[in-house]
Amino acid sequence: MKKESKEKVEEISKGLNKSKSNILDKLLNYALYIILVIMIIGVIIIDPSFISIKNFTNILSQASTRAILAMGVAGLIVLQGTDLSAGRILGLAGIVSASLLQDINYTSRMYPDLPQLPLILPLLIAIAIGVIFALINGFGVAKLKLHAFIITLGTQLIAYGMALIYIDRPPLGAQPIAGLDDRYVSLVKGAFKIGTVEIPYLIVYAAVIAIIMAFIWNKTTLGKNMFAIGGNPEAAAVSGVNITKNIMLVYLISGILYGIAGFLEVARIGSATSITGQNYELDAIAACVIGGVSFSGGVGTIPGVLIGVIILQFINYGLNFIGVNPYFQIIIKGLIIIVSVSIDVRKNIVRK
Amino acid sequence: MSGETYLLEMRNISKSFPGVQALDNVNFRVKRGTVHALVGENGAGKSTLMKCLFGIYKEDSGEIYLEGVKTSFPNPRAALENGVSMVHQELNQVLQRNIMDNILLGRYPRKGIVVDEKKMYDFTKSIFDDLGINIDPRVKLGDLSVSQRQMVEIAKAVSYDAKILVLDEPTSSLTQQETEHLFKIIKLLRDRGCGIIYISHKIEEILNISDEVTVMRDGQWIATENAKDLTTDKIISLMVGRELTNRFPPKINKPKDVILEVKNLTGKYQPSIQNVSFELRKGEILGVAGLVGSRRTELLETIFGIASHSEGEILLHGKLVDNKDSATAIKNGFALLTEERRATGIFEGLSVRFNSVIANIDSYANFGVLDGKKMKVDTSKVIEGLNVKTPSQNTPIGTLSGGNQQKVIIGRWLLTDPEVLLMDEPTRGIDVGAKYEIYQLIIDLANRGKGVIFVSSEMSELLGICDRILVMSNGRIGGIEDADKLDQEKIMTLAAKYL
Repeated sequence: MKKESKEKVEEISKGLNKSKSNILDKLLNYALYIILVIMIIGVIIIDPSFISIKNFTNILSQASTRAILAMGVAGLIVLQGTDLSAGRILGLAGIVSASLLQDINYTSRMYPDLPQLPLILPLLIAIAIGVIFALINGFGVAKLKLHAFIITLGTQLIAYGMALIYIDRPPLGAQPIAGLDDRYVSLVKGAFKIGTVEIPYLIVYAAVIAIIMAFIWNKTTLGKNMFAIGGNPEAAAVSGVNITKNIMLVYLISGILYGIAGFLEVARIGSATSITGQNYELDAIAACVIGGVSFSGGVGTIPGVLIGVIILQFINYGLNFIGVNPYFQIIIKGLIIIVSVSIDVRKNIVRK
Repeated sequence: MSGETYLLEMRNISKSFPGVQALDNVNFRVKRGTVHALVGENGAGKSTLMKCLFGIYKEDSGEIYLEGVKTSFPNPRAALENGVSMVHQELNQVLQRNIMDNILLGRYPRKGIVVDEKKMYDFTKSIFDDLGINIDPRVKLGDLSVSQRQMVEIAKAVSYDAKILVLDEPTSSLTQQETEHLFKIIKLLRDRGCGIIYISHKIEEILNISDEVTVMRDGQWIATENAKDLTTDKIISLMVGRELTNRFPPKINKPKDVILEVKNLTGKYQPSIQNVSFELRKGEILGVAGLVGSRRTELLETIFGIASHSEGEILLHGKLVDNKDSATAIKNGFALLTEERRATGIFEGLSVRFNSVIANIDSYANFGVLDGKKMKVDTSKVIEGLNVKTPSQNTPIGTLSGGNQQKVIIGRWLLTDPEVLLMDEPTRGIDVGAKYEIYQLIIDLANRGKGVIFVSSEMSELLGICDRILVMSNGRIGGIEDADKLDQEKIMTLAAKYL
């Protein structure tokens, strides 16, 4: 018996090796990276001046807030869910933090009598907004047993409505919240230098969060439970995993990330309006699926999500750079989502 | 008061679901260091009783004593922490993760805030070594065969240091050798003082492994006896509540002319079948035997066109047929009853009527609009003709017992009026009484001129109802023989031919 099961293991590992040695399978495994490289090469061929550190850091810093948002959404997709509210939560958190951090000398401040606040306070308020909404989402999924699509469709509208009310200034109507405090802007848009290379702080923030998230996903009980619940909720339940608690925790983390992303994004743009964050959730979901986070749950990696975000950002930036009609860019984005995900699912298709 | 003698005592347990009294005053007692078999037809309440023990259901009334102490687990976690563990009938596993992630699910060891992977590996390895399982704990579960997954699940249950280990149909996907291995493990645990509750439909197995047997029927306790005082017939008659003189119905079908010829069939995506050739006659039941992984299912799938072949041909009535997909196969007169009823057979939440007519749906359409009356008539044919026990045609099929679900699915295929019926493990997880009915049905179908190919892991039923048996060995044909010239030993020899 021992011998037999050993042979079986060998047979399996042989099978695995065989598929690994297969060049096509190898290509499939790295398809995303290959797509990204091909796009970069394509852009460089059309305009060689694209190769510059400046362009590189620009793409990364534009991708940073998107990446933070996408890493929050990714956990929910791993749990077989999704999040339509991420963009609007980011927007609301951003609007509120902007309103609390307008320059005291700016003429049309939302709160004219507000003293200069320490930066940490609006950041914490932004995170609190993210957390409250995310916990409502989590409660809907874990306790009310709603599909994440439904509950987040609802909270998306609630967050949007609240943002509109918050920003509305009758009789003038909604005004953009601009004139942000210098400390706030430089916290986000500032950079430090390594030699002659300028590294925006924003990239550092995103990188630190990515490392923390990768750590949570791979090294902690919460991460392992998240993958187990996403892969087979019933198996997790009969093994004694507290499903409700773990789902709530994953949502809680997503809320923290949305809050941080909202706080950073508004400073990056320089002002906040009611459309801040609009459709960001769709980009985040797109980045996740491009990056190999499976909609059927239980599968995904943080590096994958980051690559997904960068691919999307590259499409915006790189195609702009070579002067592709922006309307075409939207079409290309759609095609990339379809092509990359259909290549990615090849990995898991069992051929008969 | 009874804590000295009984490891587990369940007293007067009752549990009802809307419209069903699932358990009615059941008493069940397990002694330390024994294997206690729990038998009964599907729907007799075995799984419900175990789910009450394990904290998945809460009993309506009654008491549970573990080592003499009154307990009632609010959830599976509490049960596991108190030494009650369970291998579930449906393997509850996370296929995307590796073995050790699965084994330690719900109790990952930690080093600070980090999960201690090394400890996980060592723990899993030691459990595997202890049980003589030779699989690398780092392999992704989805890459294992079903039988290996089953062994992993058993190892997991054992690893909780269980005092009570519940095994619900643990051998349904194991080969005989693997079953032997499992029995060794069970005996090891029994000798360490565990109480093992063993649920199975395989009565030979029960008599082989258990010390005591409790029989349940219709949610009630019927009898508890020493295994050595029991026989197969006695257990069966206790289970069904009447004398069952024969396990197999009389064979009245007579094979006639050849209807199906399969020549040199080879699967396109290996590992699959290789160079398989055979003939099937009208009115014949051709059994297909083989070990798990011998590609029996692939054989059926290739004939039915849901798996592609690179070489070979299929002839029906001497004419070449090209089953390029299942729709073509159905049109050509083939039907496939799939192995995993739950995954690929039933539409769980949908009605008996939907499940009956779905394979034949085109024939009810008038310009795309379905004829409800005709569907009702055909569904009653299925229900009456196959003796399906269901409250109504609108009942979701998932609420019926396994045997009744299987009858509906057989009925579904009969409505397409096939010439060749491919049946993959049609009696898996089905109770004895219902099995007899399924055998009867298969023989009737053959008698009415259908050709039946019947894949099964239970050699006794192949020998009992087939005319000839084809033995698969590692994707090839180990041999084809008349059933009356074969016995279990000869089948095993043929099955091992190309290993």
